[in-house]
Parts: sequence; structure tokens; C-alpha cells
Amino acid sequence: MAFLSLEGLSKHFGTHVAVDGLTLAVEKGEFVSLLGPSGCGKTTTLQMIAGFVEPSGGAIRLEGRDLLAVKPAKRGLGIVFQSYALFPHMTVAENVAFGLEMQGVAAAERTRRVGETLELVGLGTFAGRYPRQMSGGQQQRVALARALVIRPQILLLDEPLSNLDAKLREEMQIELRQIQRTVGTTTILVTHDQAEAMALSDRLVVMNHGRAEQIGPPHEAYERPATPFVASFLGRTNLVNGTTVRPEKIWFATSGLAGKVRTRIFQGNHWLYQIETADGLVTVIRQNTGEAMPGEGEAVHLAWAAT
Amino acid sequence: MKSAPYLLSLPALLLFGAIVIIPLVMTVLLSFHDWGQYKGIEPVFVLKNWHEVFTDSYFLEMFWRTFRIAFFVTLLAAVLGAPEAYILNRMKSPWRGLFLLVILGPLLISVVARTLGWALLFGGNSGLINKALVSMGLISAPLPFMFTETGVIVALTHVLMPYMVLAVWAALQRLDPQIENAAVALGAGPFTVLRRIVLPQVMPGILSGAIIVFALAASAFATPAIIGGRRLKVASTLAYDEFLNTLNWPLGAAVAVLLLVALVAIVVGASRLVERRYAQVFG
Ligand SMILES: Nc1ncnc2c1ncn2[C@@H]1O[C@H](COP(=O)(O)OP(=O)(O)OP(=O)(O)O)[C@@H](O)[C@H]1O
Ligand SMILES: [Mg+2]
Repeated sequence: MAFLSLEGLSKHFGTHVAVDGLTLAVEKGEFVSLLGPSGCGKTTTLQMIAGFVEPSGGAIRLEGRDLLAVKPAKRGLGIVFQSYALFPHMTVAENVAFGLEMQGVAAAERTRRVGETLELVGLGTFAGRYPRQMSGGQQQRVALARALVIRPQILLLDEPLSNLDAKLREEMQIELRQIQRTVGTTTILVTHDQAEAMALSDRLVVMNHGRAEQIGPPHEAYERPATPFVASFLGRTNLVNGTTVRPEKIWFATSGLAGKVRTRIFQGNHWLYQIETADGLVTVIRQNTGEAMPGEGEAVHLAWAAT
Repeated sequence: MKSAPYLLSLPALLLFGAIVIIPLVMTVLLSFHDWGQYKGIEPVFVLKNWHEVFTDSYFLEMFWRTFRIAFFVTLLAAVLGAPEAYILNRMKSPWRGLFLLVILGPLLISVVARTLGWALLFGGNSGLINKALVSMGLISAPLPFMFTETGVIVALTHVLMPYMVLAVWAALQRLDPQIENAAVALGAGPFTVLRRIVLPQVMPGILSGAIIVFALAASAFATPAIIGGRRLKVASTLAYDEFLNTLNWPLGAAVAVLLLVALVAIVVGASRLVERRYAQVFG
């Protein structure tokens, strides 16, 4: 039996269908990402699990018990809201301590755990600040600390890293993954960043218009997309000779599909090519190995492995 | 070019000077003039009126009463108005608009009419509420209302309540409902959310409403004039009496100026305190 299961979960706002019959089974300790474009119903799904949006249909079960019958305050979930939702009148330490206070944790133990968790998210020296006095990324980490400190049975993260710069985001991703691995907290992450979702999750739920288009491990969803939407949403794709080919799986050869380099963009660890062919524009990604690469305007031939 | 903003604001400044500053300066000057029963106002410089205001215990008691009334009106308005605004904010769409109108509607009615309404309800032995309470046996004798501080406080609270409701309502509008949800998710019950999350966030609204209500209550004229009459005077009704009944304009001016100075000092001091307290938190 799954730890957390969503069964035909739906939400209608008037005539607008935000979530449409979503079915998902999450195992204990699993890291699942809801991935999809803006407005596809990710936040709504998360808020239904948290209990702040009432489903129009379907069921949510935690270890077989009906979660919808449990009050939001009793669900014991750790949530990071998309808007952080920090308590503006409390310091960082008070924000993080609030959940422990509600659980009746003794003051000394509280102080210790708050300090520990702030250290974990790299905000050890910010305990006395108010949210107003912090950057968006710092506030986001406070929100993460506030959710982690109560050691919830499920962690719900609504775009928890969207406001961090690239380097910090990568660090936090590694941190998050490590925390999740060591503590073993079942985690549901909402994101529209496919790289983040693939880097962190055991399984992806690719959503579009309130429906799950594909549920599976990142590698599988990437290599064998169930629908054209999934294929185009997870990285770039080319449609050549009636088959979809990923840009990084095409290479320059002495024979094959003939074309001409239209643009060539250097992106550090790889080159991004746009090749004009008889089949239309083809995107090619080649690793930067230091070798000489075809320049703009050059005639080339493209080859790829048959799948 | 730097003088352009000043030049542009000159007309407004002149108008402001003509209708506010000049009469104010004249009132201040008037308070230093002499007055006698038979000689009338003499434009000389004496400290007589100020000496009288500061030494006669009658004035001390009257100012004390004025600010005591203002304090209790403010307290009542906050205690009743803040929950009122909160309930209003929780109402669903059609009801919310309707009740907002009910609460703000009195602002459209003359203060005199509203105060007379209270006088009719409570006034004398034949007042409606007193009659009902006596006939139900809840009280043996009619509660004194007219010419009492209680009466003035009750009527003024009703008159000034909309300002408090509006100030708190504005603060509630700015709250992010997800913040309350965050507290709930961490295990907080409804009462804890209200006390620990909502109240501290709307506190600046309550305090600014309190400053408005206090200033308006301390300087109110119509309500204390009708309910308090000439038996229970406050600063504004006393100044009025000195001007129009006793015809001792200089003494009336001294009372009026003192009320103004005291009010400005209290309001500015309170705003400073509130600002300093919340600058860090709410920016
Ligand atoms: N309270 C509401 N009333 C009406 N419509 C709503 C409400 N909340 C969300 N919606 C609609 O439901 C749809 C899904 O919204 P949701 O917030 O779940 O999207 P999302 O996937 O989280 O998007 P994003 O990535 O931009 O955060 C959107 O079209 C949105 O307009
Ligand atoms: Mg969202």
C-alpha cells in the first residue's frame, strides 16, 4: 500500500478545471516532483494535500486513512509556500520556532533545534533578523527551515528554490536531496524547472492542464516521453524523418542528413547549433571537448542512432 | 529651476496660510489679551488667562475629564471596532458590502442627528432603553445617561467607531491569507492564529485608528454639547461657552490653544512611538 495516495483528485474553480482527475501513489521516503508549465494546477494540488483547498472530487489517503477528514492543523505536514508566507512580525528564529512551540517542545530543545536547522540552510547568523530585512532567497531558506524543523512526515515544497541564484540553487538542491535522503522524509516538490525536477526526484509527474501526462522516473520520462507534450517540456526535441530525436543525440558525420549551420552558440560546457536541413531547422547540442567545431555557414552532415 | 516646486506650491501655501495659520496666530494672540465684564476685550499683553487656566482647579479637572473621555472612547472603539472589522473581513461577498455600508453609513448622517438619537434612547426617565430595562425589572431606577461621562463616552464611541473599523479593515486587507495557512499547517488552532499571527500584524492599523479616534474624541464638540450639556463640560464646549455665553474671548482662546497644543503633542508623540516600534518589522 502506498504511503500517500491521490485518487482521482479534481478541483474546479467555477467552470475552470484546475486539477483534473489526478491519481498518484507516493511511497514512503520517496521524492516526487510535480512538473509543468505555469497554471497547470501544481499549487492547487499541493494545497489540496495540505488542506487549504477543498477538492471538488476524489480522495487523498495517508497510509490508507482518509486525509480529507483530518483538519489542516492536525496533518503534520511541512510546507514551503510559493510566497514563503513568513510571519512578518517575528524574527527568523521565532518563525522557525513557531511549529515547535505548537508541538509543545521545551524551550531549550527548541533553541537547539532552531539553531541546528538555521545552520543547515546557511542562515546561522540571521536568527535575529526580521523577514523584511532579508533577500528573497534568504526568506525562502527561512521558509524551508520552518518546514524542516518540525520533522514532518511529508514535506510539501512549492517552488522552494525559484528565487535563488544559479549557484546557491544548486547547493540547496544538493542540500535538499541530502536532507531528504538522511531524514527519509517523503517529499513532494512543485517546480516548473525541469532540470531541478530531474536532478532531485525519484519520480516525475509531468502535468499539463490539470492532468498528469506521465508519471515515472526522470530518466524514463526523458528517454521515453509518453506524449509530445512531455517530450517538448522535458528538454529540447527535434522532429526529423518523422521521429523525435534529442539534440544531444545527434552528431556531425561525413554522411547523413545534409545541412548548413545557421547559428552556433557557445554555452561553456557545450555548443548549441541550429542547422538548416531539407527537413527544417534541427537543434544539435555537442559537448565542448576542446576540439574544433563547424562554424556558422559551414555545410555539415547529421547522423543519429536509430531508436 | 530648483525653485520651481516651491513656486508651484505657493498658491496652495498662501491659501493654507490664509485660512489656517492666520486665524490660529490670531487666536494665540487673543489668548494674551485682557477682558473685563464691562470693558470687554483690551488688546494688551497679559498672562492673566494662562495663569487662570493653569492654576484654577476647575480647568485642570475639565482637561482631565476631556482626555479621560477620549481615552475610554478610544479603548472602547478599539475593543469593539477591531473584532467588528475582522468579522466584516471574513464575510462572504454580498454580505460584506452590505455590512460595510451599515457600519460606514452613520458617517453620512449628521453627528447632531446621531447624538440626539442616543439622547432619545437613553435620555431622562422616559428614555426608551431605561423604560424597557425598568419594566423588565433588570434595574430599579433609570440609569443616568444625560449629563454623565458614561453617556458622552457611549455616544462618542458610536459616532467615531467607523474610523477605527476603517483603519483596521485596511490593515486586514493587506494580510496574506497564506501566512495564516502557514501557521495552521504548523499546528496552530484558530485562536492561536488570531492572537499570534493576525493581531500583531493589524496592530499598526489599530494604533493608527486609535490615534485618529483619540484626536477626534478629545476635540469633539456636538456630542459632548448635547449629551454633556453645560453641566458636564469638556475643553471644546468650555471654549465655546466662553466665546458665546460669557463673551470672555481671551479665556476661551487660551482653552482652545491649550487643547490644540496638548492634542498635537499627544498625537505626534504617539505616532512617533508607533513608527519607531514598527519601522523594523513592517518597513
Ligand atoms: N482561487 C482560485 N480561483 C479561481 N481560479 C484559480 C484559483 N486558484 C487557482 N486558480 C486557477 O487554477 C489554475 C491552476 O493554478 P495553480 O496555482 O495550481 O497553478 P500552478 O501550476 O501552481 O502555476 P505556477 O507555476 O504559475 O505557480 C490556474 O489557471 C489558476 O488561474
Ligand atoms: Mg504555483
